[in-house]
Amino acid sequence: MTAIDPTAHLTAEQIEELGHELDAIRDEVIASRGEKDAAYIRKVISAQRKLELVSRGVLLFSIFPPAWLIGTAGLSVAKIMDNMEIGHNVLHGQWDWMRDPKVHSTTWEWDHVSPSEQWKHSHNELHHTYTNVIGKDNDLGYGIMRVDEDQKWHPFHLGQPLWNFINACFFEYGIAAYDLELGKNLHKRRRKNPEFRARAKAVGRKIRKQVIKDYVIHPLLSGPSFLTTLAATFTANLVRNIWSHSVIMCGHFPEGVQVFERRSIKGETRGQWYLRQMMGSANISGSRAMHFMTGNLSHQIEHHLFPDLPSNRYAEVAVKVRALFEKYELEYVTGPLPKQVFSAWRKVFRLSLPNRTPKVKTPDREQELVAA
Amino acid sequence: MTSAALRSGAWKLLEMVTTPLLPSDYLDLVSPLRAGAELRGRIEAVHPETGDAATVVIKPGRGWRGHTAGQYVRIGVDVDGVRLWRAYSITSPTDRKDGRVTITVKAIPDGKVSNHLVRSAEPGTLIQLDQPTGDFVLPQAKPAKVLYLTAGSGITPVMGMLRDTEFDDVVMVHCAPQPQDVIFRNELHDLVADKKLRLTEVHTDTDGILDIARLDELVPDWAEREAWACGPAGLLDAAEEHWAEHGVQERLHTERFRPSIVVAGSGGEVTFSATGKTVDADGATPLLDIGEEAGVLMPSGCRMGICYGCITPLRAGAVRDLRTGEITQAEPGVLIQTCVSAAAGPCDIER
Ligand code: FES
Repeated sequence: MTAIDPTAHLTAEQIEELGHELDAIRDEVIASRGEKDAAYIRKVISAQRKLELVSRGVLLFSIFPPAWLIGTAGLSVAKIMDNMEIGHNVLHGQWDWMRDPKVHSTTWEWDHVSPSEQWKHSHNELHHTYTNVIGKDNDLGYGIMRVDEDQKWHPFHLGQPLWNFINACFFEYGIAAYDLELGKNLHKRRRKNPEFRARAKAVGRKIRKQVIKDYVIHPLLSGPSFLTTLAATFTANLVRNIWSHSVIMCGHFPEGVQVFERRSIKGETRGQWYLRQMMGSANISGSRAMHFMTGNLSHQIEHHLFPDLPSNRYAEVAVKVRALFEKYELEYVTGPLPKQVFSAWRKVFRLSLPNRTPKVKTPDREQELVAA
Repeated sequence: MTSAALRSGAWKLLEMVTTPLLPSDYLDLVSPLRAGAELRGRIEAVHPETGDAATVVIKPGRGWRGHTAGQYVRIGVDVDGVRLWRAYSITSPTDRKDGRVTITVKAIPDGKVSNHLVRSAEPGTLIQLDQPTGDFVLPQAKPAKVLYLTAGSGITPVMGMLRDTEFDDVVMVHCAPQPQDVIFRNELHDLVADKKLRLTEVHTDTDGILDIARLDELVPDWAEREAWACGPAGLLDAAEEHWAEHGVQERLHTERFRPSIVVAGSGGEVTFSATGKTVDADGATPLLDIGEEAGVLMPSGCRMGICYGCITPLRAGAVRDLRTGEITQAEPGVLIQTCVSAAAGPCDIER
């Protein structure tokens, strides 16, 4: 954590003003949401389904290497689309306004082992409300890693580059465990909690269905291509997991992203909440294809400010948000994917060791505001 | 194994193939109107009828069970990307050869769906359909004499009847502001020319609103006729009173279109229908707080409008979004975020 609070130069009035300006950006998008946006998400969903169908079709002949390659690539992309641009965003309620029960946060289920319902709670509710607040936002290191100097070091953290790599490969299982708060709930007493057991059962059911589909049914349907289809599906899941893990690491872990102390969010105003989202997130720069494949989480800053705006609008919102960063002299953390991934990984390595310099106390925003 | 068991086994297997989606999600891509699909229809044409009314020709999906003359159908149309449901009378006869059905829509001022259908619906568009319903229908046994009393778009269900079943002696009294506002005017006049219908047009712009007492003069034997009336509430109220006064109320069948006009105010009585509690709410307090204070079990999360953990069906009334001021009215399938919505008049929340 930086010793100096990068928002220290802002007065309380400025922060509220910033809040109003962001509200205005949001209102503008809401007022102009319409047919084009609806057509966009429907097109993406239909393209994803067709791509998946065709890829699985091709994989029936995956015993032939070119078919394996094409099918695996197609299925990987289809799974990434399902996970990112469609699943993540639909489950945020970004498309609820269409009132189409088939494209709605209350009914959507994704190709992922964590049931939508549980993911919505840990992600939408906990992570998005308490973004980057140590001890409140478990996304900070997913409870297995230390990603900020302010977090206490423990010998366990020595292995965190390895944990992070394993987590990347099996990310969907990591998420499911995380949504279950497995670490916390495996203690004897909690294990028996009926609420936890029901949720664990739901995850078990989802895992079973996903595994049977990917690793039994589709390979069996491929007959002589059984093994190659199995390998293809495994690869597609691996690619999807590593990809989404990388994108998500870029959202909050690169250097320059701030974390916050619990007490700093007490009595937080709307302006302060916005400010925390701005300072706690990082973007990925790149082409339209890159934005699409990240589910527009390349616009993580904008997504955190307005998690329920349709993803296809983040690009235009980003221009305005960036102007506000400049106006208020704040750092807009962004960069190309390789650079951001590298930055995040470097942090994972660095923080696997105890702090080299003595820990600097987090600036207390509340007190500073009073002083200002 | 029976064939039914086989089929259900095959379907189960197919569901395993497509999990977490359903086989129908993929089938919908290629054949949205197939048998077994959720009921939908495709708009095939839109024919203007008057300056502000049009007939929409719909090809219903295979699951369509057919209608009885006089019934209506609820349709779900996407307007500006938002799915809205409305009910319209079916104007086509039940035995149309090509299996299409028509509804006839009059654009009402500020009516989102009606204006969209009359002015900008495109052939080829898919819409959602419910099965036809309504008991404003003709009886099994043919009545000797029939009277149709209609006004404005109230003519639509009656047109469905006129086109469907011929009677020996049919009289119609129809009210519209001016001759050019009479929907289906040419067709009605053709029926008159063929002596299949006796028609009285009341042009309310020049003649004034129909005084129900004038029926004695327009249709002297009205009381002997089996009557079907459809139009604005004023006309129907007057008709019901008139028929009752003469002790022949069992001859009168009425159909009321219920335009649910909600006047959005600020605050109001909130009913939590699942819990059975009713409390007063002001126009500034989130319904989540109102519910919790009243001891209603309300789901919640961020309490600031970002997580969608609090969404709840709005069964009746209207609410205001505290962030944007936007008003949302109850319609089937409408969900609201209780943490950022306040009562905009009386409303009913399903909690
Ligand atoms: S509680 Fe999070 S949106 Fe209402």
